[in-house]
Amino acid sequence: MIAFIIRRLLQSLIVMLAVALVSFSLFRFVGDPIASMVGQEATLAEREALRQQLGLNDPFVMQFLGFIGRAIQGDFGISYRLQQPVMELILSRLPATLELALISGFFAFVFGVAFGVYTALNRRGWLSNSIMTLSLIGVSLPTFLIGVLLIWVFAVELQWLPSFGRGETVWIGDWWRTGLLTHSGRVSLILPAITLGLYQMTLIMRLVRAEMLEVLRADYIKFARARGLSNRAVNFGHALKNTMVPVITITGLQLGSIIAFAIITETVFQWPGVGALFIRSVQFVDVPVMAAYLMLIALIFVVINLIVDLLYYVVDPRLRVDRASARH
Amino acid sequence: MTEPLLSVRDLVVEFPTRRGTLRAIDKVSFDIAEGEVLGMVGESGAGKSITGSAIIGLIEPPGRIAGGEIWLRGHRIDNLPREKLRRIRGKRIGMVFQDPLTSLNPLYTVADQLIETIRTHIDVGEKEARRRAIALLDRVGIPAAARRIDDYPHHFSGGMRQRVVIALALCAEPELVIADEPTTALDVSVQAQIIDVLKEICAERGASVMLITHDMGVIAETADRVAVLYAGRLAEIGPVRDVIKHAEHPYTAGLMGSIPTLTQTSKRLVQIPGSMPRLNAIPPGCAFNPRCEQAFERCRTERPEPLARGGGRQVACWLYDRAEARHD
Ligand SMILES: Nc1ncnc2c1ncn2[C@@H]1O[C@H](COP(=O)(O)OP(=O)(O)OP(=O)(O)O)[C@@H](O)[C@H]1O
Ligand code: SF4
Ligand SMILES: [Mg+2]
Repeated sequence: MIAFIIRRLLQSLIVMLAVALVSFSLFRFVGDPIASMVGQEATLAEREALRQQLGLNDPFVMQFLGFIGRAIQGDFGISYRLQQPVMELILSRLPATLELALISGFFAFVFGVAFGVYTALNRRGWLSNSIMTLSLIGVSLPTFLIGVLLIWVFAVELQWLPSFGRGETVWIGDWWRTGLLTHSGRVSLILPAITLGLYQMTLIMRLVRAEMLEVLRADYIKFARARGLSNRAVNFGHALKNTMVPVITITGLQLGSIIAFAIITETVFQWPGVGALFIRSVQFVDVPVMAAYLMLIALIFVVINLIVDLLYYVVDPRLRVDRASARH
Repeated sequence: MTEPLLSVRDLVVEFPTRRGTLRAIDKVSFDIAEGEVLGMVGESGAGKSITGSAIIGLIEPPGRIAGGEIWLRGHRIDNLPREKLRRIRGKRIGMVFQDPLTSLNPLYTVADQLIETIRTHIDVGEKEARRRAIALLDRVGIPAAARRIDDYPHHFSGGMRQRVVIALALCAEPELVIADEPTTALDVSVQAQIIDVLKEICAERGASVMLITHDMGVIAETADRVAVLYAGRLAEIGPVRDVIKHAEHPYTAGLMGSIPTLTQTSKRLVQIPGSMPRLNAIPPGCAFNPRCEQAFERCRTERPEPLARGGGRQVACWLYDRAEARHD
């Protein structure tokens, strides 16, 4: 178990270093940082002095190490566009993104599993067929189109729900501003959460359905029925538990994608999260923010991966022994 | 004559497919007496497993019992409502499948699976169920049962797992145990032990056994009577010694070629020239006629029904039809 965790941690570290390298390269290859910092009238000598001062003339490796060292301390420099520390900018917008992603991820999981199980158990029912057909639409429509359609129907035509923004927010502690505690915050969340989660939900549903059908064909399910266990015990005990093992992995990993894909949803709904911040930074070639965002997303992916691996380990007893006996 | 424990009458099992209906079992009848071991042999695809599944009501849809009757101790069970039939499975008819590696749910401990099954059928508390489970594991020959009961299936070897499977099949003290090739997937060295355990425990509890196998040696040593299936039809049935010493049906005679003496064990069914017809290509008349050396005109047009031959023996072959005998 310990060896397993250490191995995973090392792998995560390597991934993070690779991403750091990419982020760092942005500084060198996307635009000239000096040009963004000084005015048009600065002389060559002035520019050279600034280069020297910022350490831009140091060897690549030294600069990279410096970048990592600062990144570990949460220092990604100052945003070219907003002239604020990048970390501050990101932290102030992270709660909006996390709330959106977690809520939509949670509902995507709950409905995905419920629909998946239902359609697997009632394979030939008309309701199952309708759900499956609808899910095809969910998979094939691009996210922004879903968002625009939802806005058109529920915000413009019916005027039930707001079409942009987070609504009213309140502070929890010093750095988390939540929209979940106000009515307008909650209703503002509905459309973006559906937009962001729909694709994931259909994905999870199709996965659960496929896995469950597979498991239901397994010998141990036949044997469980042959022992006279009730349908409920067989379907929701034996079959569902075995279905969930691979499903947990995939859905866990999907959470990372949800956060990453929030970019589009946030743009469509003008949601003040890190995704929208990133899009603006790209428009303005605000390299420090772009670099920090990349690192942040990578970190989230890596952490989720780790948690999923550990969960997998807890759920599936076979892994526990294989590792244990591998050490003998 | 006393009433048989199980009585199968003119059983027909069909699988509707796009290209017409396949008849996997075609008017098969046999009895199993109280405490008797009935062996069932036949080539792969002869319909042995389907017969077993039909008896416990687990034919997979769209397959269905299309005709005939199944009686358990004088009560018809093939037309029972699903819930009533479920209460018979495991409780009155236990089932052992071929592959112990896949028969047990990998995510549940042996204790979980045993206790769940016991408590499904017998009104006892958790503690008592556990006590019974341990006693049962002990009885089927699991060493240190009290400790090993909390292990997961993958902690056990194949032979030990099959003992667990037997314990599971027997935990509600069924009157009939259907064992579908219980040793085929096992190491040769443990096959005999597993058969012995199964036979002993069933004898001890007065349970009847329907033993499906390819192994004529096992049949010779274990079964009281043997039924030979061919292409979903009963070819011959009778006391083991008689059938082995003097097979009457040409197909059985071909099969018996594989065991020169009663004492020699573990010989596979010999290959008779040609192969069993697929279900969609069963020839008219006797299903065996294209491969039968003694086939004559009538065999190609009329289907032989099982004829009583005295001594509890039945043979479905025109060679033994008296009318035909007079012709010769
Ligand atoms: N779901 C199904 N759909 C169509 N045909 C089926 C289905 N299940 C079984 N069959 C057919 O029924 C026949 C009998 O199958 P069964 O499994 O009983 O054979 P068996 O005698 O147990 O063979 P084996 O020794 O290989 O286990 C086979 O010809 C098989 O093709
Ligand atoms: S009925 Fe004819 S073809 Fe069939 S086994 Fe008897 S002799 Fe052979
Ligand atoms: Mg079989």
